[in-house]
Amino acid sequence: MATETIIWLLPLPPLLAFFLIVLFTNKYKALSHSVAVGAAGLSWLGSMVVFFRALSTPEFGKEIFASSIPWLPTGATFLSIGVQIDPLSAVTIFFVGWTVLMIFLYSVGYHNYGQPAGDHDHPGLPPHGATVTDGHGHKHTVLSIEPMYSRFFAFIGLFAFGMYTLVVSDNLLTLFVGWEIMGLCSYLLIGFWYGKPSARNAAVKAFMTTRVGDVFMLLGLAMLYSATGTLNYRAIFYNEEILHVLATTATPIFGLSAAGLIGLLLFIGTVGKSAQWPLHIWLPDAMEGPTPVSAMIHAATMVSAGVYMVIRIFPLFTADWTGHGLTTTMSIIAFIGTFTAIFAATIAVAQNDIKKVLAYSTISQLGFMIAALGMGAYVAAAFHLVTHAFFKALLFLGSGSVIHGMEHGVMHTGDHHVDPQDMWNMGGLKDKMPVTFWTFLIGGFALSGFPLVTAGFWSKDEILADAFGHGHWAILATLSIAALMTAFYTMRQITLTFFGQPRTKEAEHAHETPWTMTLPLVVLSVFAVGFGWVGIPEHFPALGGLLPNWFHEFVGGTLLERPETLQFSFIPLTISLVVALGGLLLGWLVYKDVKAGDSDPLQKPLGPLYPVLKNKWYFDEFYAFFVIKPATWIAEVFTPAMDRGAIDGILHSVARLALFIGHVFRNYFDKPIINELIGDKLGAYWTFQPAGRALSKVQTGRIQTYLIGAVAVLIAIGAALYLFAF
Amino acid sequence: MDFISTHLLTTILFFPVVAALIIWFLPADQSKAIRWTALLASLVPLGLTIWLWTMFDAGKAGYQFEEQYTWYAAIYSTFHVGIDGLSLSMVLLTTLLTPIALLASFGITDKVKAYMMLFLFLESGMLGVFLAMDLLIFFVFWEIGLVPMYFLINQWGSPKGERELWGGMKVSARNYASLKFMVYTMAGSLGLLLAIQMLGVLFQNYDLQYITAHWSTYTQDIAGLPASTVKTVAFWAFTVAFALKVPVWPFHTWLPDAHTEAPTAGSMILAGVLLKLGAYGFLRLVLPFYPAEAQQYAGWLAFLATMAIVFGAFASYGQTDFKRLVAYSSVNHMGFVLLGIAAAAKAMGTPDATIALNGAVLQMFNHGLSAAGMFFLVGVIYERTHTRNLEEFGGLFPLVPVYGGILIFTSMASLGLPGLNGFISEFLVVRGSFPILTVYTAISMLGLLFTGAYILKGIRKVLHGPLNEHWAHGEHKLTEINTREILVMAPLMILILILGIWPMWLLDVINKAMVMLFS
Repeated sequence: MATETIIWLLPLPPLLAFFLIVLFTNKYKALSHSVAVGAAGLSWLGSMVVFFRALSTPEFGKEIFASSIPWLPTGATFLSIGVQIDPLSAVTIFFVGWTVLMIFLYSVGYHNYGQPAGDHDHPGLPPHGATVTDGHGHKHTVLSIEPMYSRFFAFIGLFAFGMYTLVVSDNLLTLFVGWEIMGLCSYLLIGFWYGKPSARNAAVKAFMTTRVGDVFMLLGLAMLYSATGTLNYRAIFYNEEILHVLATTATPIFGLSAAGLIGLLLFIGTVGKSAQWPLHIWLPDAMEGPTPVSAMIHAATMVSAGVYMVIRIFPLFTADWTGHGLTTTMSIIAFIGTFTAIFAATIAVAQNDIKKVLAYSTISQLGFMIAALGMGAYVAAAFHLVTHAFFKALLFLGSGSVIHGMEHGVMHTGDHHVDPQDMWNMGGLKDKMPVTFWTFLIGGFALSGFPLVTAGFWSKDEILADAFGHGHWAILATLSIAALMTAFYTMRQITLTFFGQPRTKEAEHAHETPWTMTLPLVVLSVFAVGFGWVGIPEHFPALGGLLPNWFHEFVGGTLLERPETLQFSFIPLTISLVVALGGLLLGWLVYKDVKAGDSDPLQKPLGPLYPVLKNKWYFDEFYAFFVIKPATWIAEVFTPAMDRGAIDGILHSVARLALFIGHVFRNYFDKPIINELIGDKLGAYWTFQPAGRALSKVQTGRIQTYLIGAVAVLIAIGAALYLFAF
Repeated sequence: MDFISTHLLTTILFFPVVAALIIWFLPADQSKAIRWTALLASLVPLGLTIWLWTMFDAGKAGYQFEEQYTWYAAIYSTFHVGIDGLSLSMVLLTTLLTPIALLASFGITDKVKAYMMLFLFLESGMLGVFLAMDLLIFFVFWEIGLVPMYFLINQWGSPKGERELWGGMKVSARNYASLKFMVYTMAGSLGLLLAIQMLGVLFQNYDLQYITAHWSTYTQDIAGLPASTVKTVAFWAFTVAFALKVPVWPFHTWLPDAHTEAPTAGSMILAGVLLKLGAYGFLRLVLPFYPAEAQQYAGWLAFLATMAIVFGAFASYGQTDFKRLVAYSSVNHMGFVLLGIAAAAKAMGTPDATIALNGAVLQMFNHGLSAAGMFFLVGVIYERTHTRNLEEFGGLFPLVPVYGGILIFTSMASLGLPGLNGFISEFLVVRGSFPILTVYTAISMLGLLFTGAYILKGIRKVLHGPLNEHWAHGEHKLTEINTREILVMAPLMILILILGIWPMWLLDVINKAMVMLFS
């Protein structure tokens, strides 16, 4: 099949799966998951074919796979949409294909396929377990299957469709289409257990917060389209002339160039989607969704989409950038990214929920990527995007496996007050869940940037090296501290979860999860280690040059001008080593001896800062007071006052005035003059009364009678028409 | 067949009246026969419109399928009808929504005969406005459409509810709403009629094309007043009449009242087609007749549009009545239509203006689909629960999964989710308006943001959250959406999806019409 045809078809299987499940197979659980996993498999296969064909195309980047059709007529021209795979989308489709397939497979186990239906389970609430009687007549409580099992697979199918659409798009408009479809799916999936008020609110929060970014992005799209007449990547970002024009056109806002302003508007979309400060608040709450969703939204696809878009528009906001200093837009992007990286890391340190730690860590890592893009490190950002997608998906799925194992323990003891997500209830799980432990360890080490072996080391090191190489000292310092904290809270998490003694009965009875869940962990951990090796800098001591720096060569080809390779320096390498190993060691030392009932050892040294971190710097409260409250006031108090009070008030005054005039006429003209003078005194009364009586018979108050009259008139008109017209 | 093909437009226009007359002769107690006759009859104009669509040549300038008959020779008015791409898409919307609304009305048991007849009269009234090429005919149909709608609200509206006026005086809510609707529109029509009369006297002609060609360049004094003054006054007379109907902020307060009290199908048509009459008036009469004035006052129109978008969204979010929430969403969505029109008025003839107009007309069509769907869905749940209070629902999704899925789908269309129809029209409006009315477009984004808020509020209050046990058991047990109701929604949903993915078939016709009309 022609490569372009395959690319067109890539997003379709999951969409088809969505429709099939919703319309036909939703009653049959096995059929539904087969359809969904099969669809993900097809798209994965297609992705791999496209990826390897891209690899074997010489000079890929100058040559790309692309195909488009006219979509919207706009006066004399058309807006075309289409698909394209260039080096950047090729590597993206590679990780999307793998992670999506793994997440789909994992979901089968996660939603307890093969388990009995729950005793008291309701759609819209998480399954509570089922009682079964074994051969000896003993009753056990076991995990029960998700009551909305099929629906889940339909939703993630639609989600995958959104992501594939976004990646294969050749223009920003269909990218936005995929972007928003994922937004809808994240809403539906975060609120999957919609019966829980917390899940319902988290879903709305996620949708609305990202929508703040989206409306700015829409403006950016409108402006870019107006300025260039197209939204096609290649036509704008691979076109020096257009970029130069945009970079030299002034706008009245902050002295930005058109390129800078458009870049900024689009970037705000990413701030929402990739949960960057100050729109980060939705992502931690989004942990209300089932864990595969967390992996899908927060690692592999949706948040990556935000960074992917910024990588896409990189040529726009760096247009006419000389390589020295930063443009205004770049500074803003770099600042937001850097600040988010450290800000989220501080919160992650004080979280107890195993998934929330990962949520904040995601925000922080995305900050690394955004910071990299802000300072012009194109390839480093793309590299970290890919490695992060692998290891963070791994970690989320691993945490899901842990929670699942803990739920097993909860079922065993029957104490439903034990929160299976609280790390303080865990401990010693490494022997109970060996596969989960080892893969989680790999993922955690990759996140921390454990030297040489893990993918995270190579990608994070490249970002730090870039900051060093271009002399962005503040960014370097901040990111280094953030990296140190990353290693620390990761080791804190691993230690609390897997090492030491079980701190609860539930942890004692935790159990390894089925193969559908552990297999994806193993596959993803291969990439969490191996994918780093494709991007080892050429001049790295000993290892450099053993493998060619394929990633830099390949992805760099997306740009018109290949980004230069950095000079190697020992300083950033040393920093990388110190922060990764130091953080890990610290985390281990602080948390290795935590016993049941202990409070967080950090609580004392951090003092009053600890509750601030634990409460996420009170951002939710801030928004509730300064945004939601005023908006609700406008909606519920001000607008009704305007509509019903002011506007209707004026209308009613007019009505009163009309009534008053009518009253005056009646009492001072009609009654005394017409009725009494003309009517009674002059005798008209005797003439008109019978006529009025006769007429009043017509006014029966029955609508049918009126209708007959109306019809009669219409017939008369029709007859008149006929007479005159024909 | 020959007669029909040569008199296609008049056949489409008057067939509903003929059908209504036939229904008149049916016995009043044969509700079933009456319903089916009305439904089947309303399918005829739809079929003919589709036939018309296939024969219509979108690339040809001017009007097609014209028919002209002597009507009122003494005052130079002729019965003149014809279509171009703009009116064709509106005719399609009308003939499409009428059978759907009739099918939605099968639950009506009170005075079925009168109801169905009024509905068919209403269809003819609306079609007449879209087809008219003579100003007087336009006005006649404009008024004819009012009457059936008045009775539909007044007689079949929700029987409960009161509205407090002043000093504790209370009136029945449906009387209040229907009278407000009637008086308000009539008040607007007054200026419109005067302005039309003025044009008729001036040109001794009511022909649309003739007046378009001569009026915009007219410079002589009229009755001792400078032409520009008269034109400005007449411009506002037209504008206010149409703005009331759209409705544009601050003339919108009749809308939530009318919608809340109207029967379900009445709301569907009111939001689906009647509001479009106002926007159509802008496109068909205001912009061609008054290009200079429209340009001069485009800023004001944009201001009003932005107010409608922003406050429509806020007001919608503030409602606790599900139907009022949807009603206010119409104010919000129609605001985008006016924004596109304002942008086009300001920069007539530019490519940006064409894009804005494409967006505006497509938005009219799209809103017709999604608003009709939303009102119907509100009606479905109201019929079962007899309440529209959002606080009394909650967690109904497990009870009515199919209904829930359809509600989410339609809500998303209303929200403007990419992949569904509303997004494309809103995007085109924003894209077209941005370079022309940058600040207003930027402010209207606030409305777009809150569109999300009120749509999600509806879903959150009705479907999500803990189940309100009241609806789960016994006599109150909520029943799932039935086959007939699904059949009402199916064509709407299919079109919403098709237009979201492949809008070319409709947009191409609109685009060519806009290019020919306004460049």
